[in-house]
Amino acid sequence: MDGLLFGLELSYWQASLLRVLGVLVAVILPAGGFVYVFLFKMMSFMQSRLGPMEAGPYGSIQLLAEVGKFLQKEDIVPERADRRLFFLAPYIVLASTFLLLVVMPFGPDAYFANLDTGIFLALGLSSVSVIGVLIAGWASANKYSLIGGLRAAGQLIAYELPLVLAVVGVVIQAGTLNLQGIVAAQHQGEIFGFAGIGNPFVLTQLVGFFVFLIATQAELTQPPFDMPVAESEIVTGYITEYSGLRFLLFFIGEFATAGAFAAIAATLFLGGWAVPFVELDDNVMNVAGPLVLFGKMMLVGFLIFWVRFTFPRFREDQLQAFAWKYLIPISLVNILATMVLKVAF
Amino acid sequence: MTLTEAQQLGYINAQAADGRINVELETDDGMVLNMGPQHPATHGTLRLVARLDGEQVTSADVMCGYMHRGYEKLCEVRSYPQVTTLVNRIDWLGSFANEVPFILAAEQLMEVEAPPRAMWIRTILFELSRIANVSLFIGDLALQLGAQTPAFYAFRDREFVLNQIESVTGGRFHPNFDRIGGLKDDLPKGWIAETKAAMVRLRGFCDEMEGLVYGNEIFQTRTRGVGIIPAHVAQSYGLSGANLRGSGVDWDLRRDANVGLAYDQLDWKVWTHPDGDSYSRCWVRLQEVREATKIVDQLCDGLPGGGIMAKVPRIIKVPEGEAYIATENPLGAMGYYVVSKGDTGPFRVKIRSASFNNISVASWLLRGVYVPDIITILASLYFILGDIDR
Amino acid sequence: MPKPKIPGLFTGMRITFGELIKTLFPRRGILTLIPAPSKGAVTVQYPHESESPAPRARGVIALKEENCTVCMLCSRSCPDWCIYIEGHKTKAPPRRPGGKERTVSALDRFDIDYALCMYCGICVEVCPFDALFWSPEYEYSEPRLADLLHDMDRLAEWMETVPDFEPYEAGSNAKVRKVPR
Repeated sequence: MDGLLFGLELSYWQASLLRVLGVLVAVILPAGGFVYVFLFKMMSFMQSRLGPMEAGPYGSIQLLAEVGKFLQKEDIVPERADRRLFFLAPYIVLASTFLLLVVMPFGPDAYFANLDTGIFLALGLSSVSVIGVLIAGWASANKYSLIGGLRAAGQLIAYELPLVLAVVGVVIQAGTLNLQGIVAAQHQGEIFGFAGIGNPFVLTQLVGFFVFLIATQAELTQPPFDMPVAESEIVTGYITEYSGLRFLLFFIGEFATAGAFAAIAATLFLGGWAVPFVELDDNVMNVAGPLVLFGKMMLVGFLIFWVRFTFPRFREDQLQAFAWKYLIPISLVNILATMVLKVAF
Repeated sequence: MTLTEAQQLGYINAQAADGRINVELETDDGMVLNMGPQHPATHGTLRLVARLDGEQVTSADVMCGYMHRGYEKLCEVRSYPQVTTLVNRIDWLGSFANEVPFILAAEQLMEVEAPPRAMWIRTILFELSRIANVSLFIGDLALQLGAQTPAFYAFRDREFVLNQIESVTGGRFHPNFDRIGGLKDDLPKGWIAETKAAMVRLRGFCDEMEGLVYGNEIFQTRTRGVGIIPAHVAQSYGLSGANLRGSGVDWDLRRDANVGLAYDQLDWKVWTHPDGDSYSRCWVRLQEVREATKIVDQLCDGLPGGGIMAKVPRIIKVPEGEAYIATENPLGAMGYYVVSKGDTGPFRVKIRSASFNNISVASWLLRGVYVPDIITILASLYFILGDIDR
Repeated sequence: MPKPKIPGLFTGMRITFGELIKTLFPRRGILTLIPAPSKGAVTVQYPHESESPAPRARGVIALKEENCTVCMLCSRSCPDWCIYIEGHKTKAPPRRPGGKERTVSALDRFDIDYALCMYCGICVEVCPFDALFWSPEYEYSEPRLADLLHDMDRLAEWMETVPDFEPYEAGSNAKVRKVPR
């Protein structure tokens, strides 16, 4: 948005305000959608039950009711907790989520910032949440939180590598770190010379796609990688001492991060906001693009949550072994193969 | 001037009382993690005090007793039907199984034998309570390890068994159906056919669990090789049930003890597994549920006709004597030692509960394991707090 | 060539996906593809729909006052001592003229404290005069614990919900009793 929105000339502060509001919407709405569709309904249907049905038609307002419930709870801070860090931790985790969406394109002109280091910045920003988790674990003055925080530190750092390496394959194939450029490369690519539907990188980077999804599952601390938040052992790990609004921030943050990573996966592998037969600079895509992206996010989210509800969790040494001994070598081989094939074809 | 050890301890305690140092971190054994009476993993009010070195347990103490309800004292001041009501609530998941050894002990003292139809229906309900108990175990096992979905399938499919128990006894969880000399009432019309249909559902449930939980590579990595109990250790700690059979010891009171239940007239198999780790214990329990469905099918097919109550006086006074009867309950071997002095109620009842012995091996087993393995081991040992504490 | 073994992970995912489809699309025939999760899930959406328990389900105890002779057997055999009975003896006219006057017991108070009741059924079983019956009625919860002490009239109201005794399974030689109405 270089100062033009629907033909209006906006000054810098007006554009910035719109960007702030836009990112709030872009984070909260998908988070709410994810919570309702996947956590309340899909999980329930997989378990032969109905989920919330009373709040609103088919339980659609349940999340609002839960927000209201959390807002009116007592703000309990443990006596020995480090107060400032205890208060700070959820905001750090949320900050990294909001910042992830700065580089996300929603349409040909619908983006917050068109940076040439798009995906690189996004991956770097996603690591900031590790600090928030560690702070939460230490500042809670609770042994369970401590164990959870330390597990999280090891896990989140270990799985950053497969995440980045899977993306490197995409970047090599697209030739650019810019997310708009990656969308364009997929839209204009060809599959064996057939240029009709473009070349979504999920076809050529299938291995990278799965590595990225597994690493996302681990970055979100979802089962089977939810050792930091292992509910049956350490009572929600680093989140144990948080209640009320602060817990709500972590909860929404978890689903918002899931939405953000799903959006990144959709952009990198499924073609982002672009649709096969519509031109890239068509103005319709400024309105339809976000919807298309949301649909693809739901698809990726379905995969993430389907795996989440089915599998038990790894022990953290098995988790680490899986990352270092299997995922990283596989993604390195993927990069090698991509490089060779890119040069050859 | 050097301080004596008593003086050192005094200073440390004084500083700890001030809140200036954390006395636990000062000791060499490591951080004390109190998985206290309230914890999602300990199946109830069990307290586990574990000393950790990083993520490894150096020692673990199991403290039970938070649910002690004084059963043996309660039984001293109640009559036999009232005691039957109470003992339902010891192992509350397979509750008919608690009544059976007590009633059999009282029948042995009275020298009265229940008619064959009553014995067969007792066996059917005994096996149904085993299915109800162990199918919940399988769901709960998956839940402890992180998979949220199998627990719901367990509760959903277990409803069929509970409905069958309800339609004959009136209570889903506390049947209170066994009486000295037989049973309270006979089966309602259509019950046999419904039970056989329920058994078909339960077999489908076992297949589903095998695919969803037991075949899952993550589950196998979590449970194989974890918490190995050698056979001689299992026997010396007095383990019973699937914990013993999972270590390869072929011991099943249904086959080995002759208490009158109909097992000797049926064709069934005792399942054992040689490995002795958590996976083998869980696997044995799954096979036991399958076997129990087959046993119930055979019992339903061959149910003899006749009465369900022997001739006993209206007010039952059990003659003087002592009797001990132990049966293979869902949790292990449960026994009742009944001392009677000729009254309408027992003089003393000693309850040998399976879970009390099962949990005693936990502190030996938990040395040197990781924290997540504590959960796996406790889940695979499978105890019910009401059974430990009575 | 032997069939390739599907890793257990995928079998598990297939099972949960299958349950999802079963819950969402339970209908067969023409209407198959229209989602109907309310029908496919096992949830009974109380209070919009309610389950009917088995006829023998132990929901609440009903009292037939006319049959009670104040023998106190139920009150004595209750493990919780939750039945409170008070009665008095009255004189009834003799059965035939010129005979002796009969002593008849009349029930003053028959309360069951459902906050204490264990729902064991010993009272129903020991009653020699068929005055107590089980009813599967379960919707009688009260906001206050003290309101769970139900008196004679309330217990008599529940007699209407007592179902008839069911016939027995084949092979049984038990006789079906009748509920006095």
